[in-house]
Amino acid sequence: MDKPQNNRAWFLVLPVLAIVAFSAVIPLMTVVNYSVQDTFGNNQFFWNGTGWFRELLDPTTDLGGRVRDSLWRNLLFSAIILTIQVPLGIAVALAMPREGWKVAATLVVMAMPLLVPWNVVGTIWQVFARGDIGLLGYTVNRLGIDYNYVADPLAAWVTIIVMDVWHWTSLVALLCYAGLKSIPDAYYQAARIDGASRWAVFRFIQLPKMRRVLIIAVLLRFMDSFMIYTEPFVVTGGGPGNSTTFLSIELVKLALGQFDLGKAAAMSIVYNLIILAVCWVFYTVMTNLDVERRRPPADA
Amino acid sequence: MARIELSDLAHSYKRGASAPADFALKPMNLTWRQGGAYALLGPSGCGKTTLLNIISGLIIPSQGRVLFDGRDVAHLPTEKRNIAQVFQFPVVYDTMSVYENLAFPLRNRGMAAAAVDGRVREIATLLDMTGELDRKARGLTADAKQKISLGRGLVRPDVAAILFDEPLTVIDPQLKWELRSKLKALHKALDVTMIYVTHDQTEALTFADTVVVMHDGRVVQAGRPDELFEKPAHTFVGYFIGSPGMNVLPASVAGNQAQIAGATIGLRWSYDVPPGKRIEIGVRPEFAMLARPGEGVPVTVERIDDLGRSRLARLRLREHAVAASVPDELSEIGETAGLILQPDHIHVYADGERLEGRA
Repeated sequence: MDKPQNNRAWFLVLPVLAIVAFSAVIPLMTVVNYSVQDTFGNNQFFWNGTGWFRELLDPTTDLGGRVRDSLWRNLLFSAIILTIQVPLGIAVALAMPREGWKVAATLVVMAMPLLVPWNVVGTIWQVFARGDIGLLGYTVNRLGIDYNYVADPLAAWVTIIVMDVWHWTSLVALLCYAGLKSIPDAYYQAARIDGASRWAVFRFIQLPKMRRVLIIAVLLRFMDSFMIYTEPFVVTGGGPGNSTTFLSIELVKLALGQFDLGKAAAMSIVYNLIILAVCWVFYTVMTNLDVERRRPPADA
Repeated sequence: MARIELSDLAHSYKRGASAPADFALKPMNLTWRQGGAYALLGPSGCGKTTLLNIISGLIIPSQGRVLFDGRDVAHLPTEKRNIAQVFQFPVVYDTMSVYENLAFPLRNRGMAAAAVDGRVREIATLLDMTGELDRKARGLTADAKQKISLGRGLVRPDVAAILFDEPLTVIDPQLKWELRSKLKALHKALDVTMIYVTHDQTEALTFADTVVVMHDGRVVQAGRPDELFEKPAHTFVGYFIGSPGMNVLPASVAGNQAQIAGATIGLRWSYDVPPGKRIEIGVRPEFAMLARPGEGVPVTVERIDDLGRSRLARLRLREHAVAASVPDELSEIGETAGLILQPDHIHVYADGERLEGRA
């Protein structure tokens, strides 16, 4: 390689560096700064070292216990969301029309929930699921099922899960649809010639071709569901009791309710690291599924 | 194993088409005998692939019948037709190994595992892929992937026909020769009807014992390679096959005399020319000889191409371009020369169709 080395090219990266510094690095550093200090207002700060982190990660303390409980709720919520939305999204994508005017119509309808702001989604479902005036709550109760998301933790969970499925399954479906559209017709024709069953077509053609978009879908849905705040806050406010209090809700209580900036900052950092770690695991596992296949020389 | 007949077959991609221009395939009758090696030859967009997909059942024809051994299958889906097809671009099942890819069509039809194994290994041997059977298909080269596609077409023991849709497009020229001879050998070994679609005349002429030439949705000639060369039934065949193609010159013909651009040429046979049609004569460059000025028809010489073993003259006969052979003994070619056409090899065409002469 005799490419000329021109290190002045690095200057071209400077604008991006500056933007990222102002948008991410500097705010993050203030959080790091808070996380190792305590304050009683008046802009007076006292060094606390790793004190907040130790308290946070020790489940025997009050704060540690709350963090642990809400972390489990978060993990359970994300797990349920992924198990429902990924298969459902794939199924919807497979059922979507491939050509004609119906494509545009379907895409618009599918994109609709994605365009609704989070707190509006929360408000819609908060009203929709009410037993007295909400269409859903009223109907379910009239069918003889005792349903009250304000009092019953299970009903509260069902409500926010159904709401999230309604809000975000479209995203998975649209991503999968894009993956499906990229499969050349010849694959389906060859499968017919080979006498493949519908299941075999899905298993050996459609699923492998959707793998890349599915990685993106799983990552996006994990991150979003793990960081969920607005909708449960609007619908249940974290209740009944603490049953739908997620890490994010806990965090806001801590930071804005109690004004414990040090604890809240420490918790933000831990929260952030958990998301990063889980995403890294997902990504590594899903991309390594075919390391064995990639070892031979790549396509000519 | 079957004889395939196409009876009054036509296809249009438009609904309720009536004008001939709407038809991708104009009405045709054609028979493919059991065990034949056929090439379907024509330029892009002439309907070759449509015809192939109708035979395999990927397209239901707008009209006409497709008979396998006398049974009409035009409306049966592909799965029920017992036909194999190989596509232009390699289709492999990425997540499977090479072995599983080859076994896939057999397993889908419920063949016993031992029989599958035997058949897969046999085909892998024919394709020189025994060493790669356990590899995943994803990482293979395009060549190897296309070999797998070919293998999946060949692996089924009982197919009525194997259809190839320009299967060697993505293959390196070197390997192309190898695979084509392999296909030819397989054809002999398996005694199965093979239909090979291509726009490459060399491929068609070396692979097939019958070449079907298509043009504009119509079959213009079906015959042995030497027939296509010596008696092109249509000016298109003459032009499309051979390199360079046949010279086609507007002429007027009366009896056994033809008038081209003011010159009179003797013909071997006499013709009754139908009135009102466009009359042309066709003669291949191999049978058109450059001569000294004063002999034959006067022409101007544009250039002489040296092809190594022979020389080819690019001539002009008034406004018409003509290609002709240059005899070895002819040297010192000036700007003007003569052109001698061999009467035995001059064909007369009316609106593109070859006329049969009488003695």
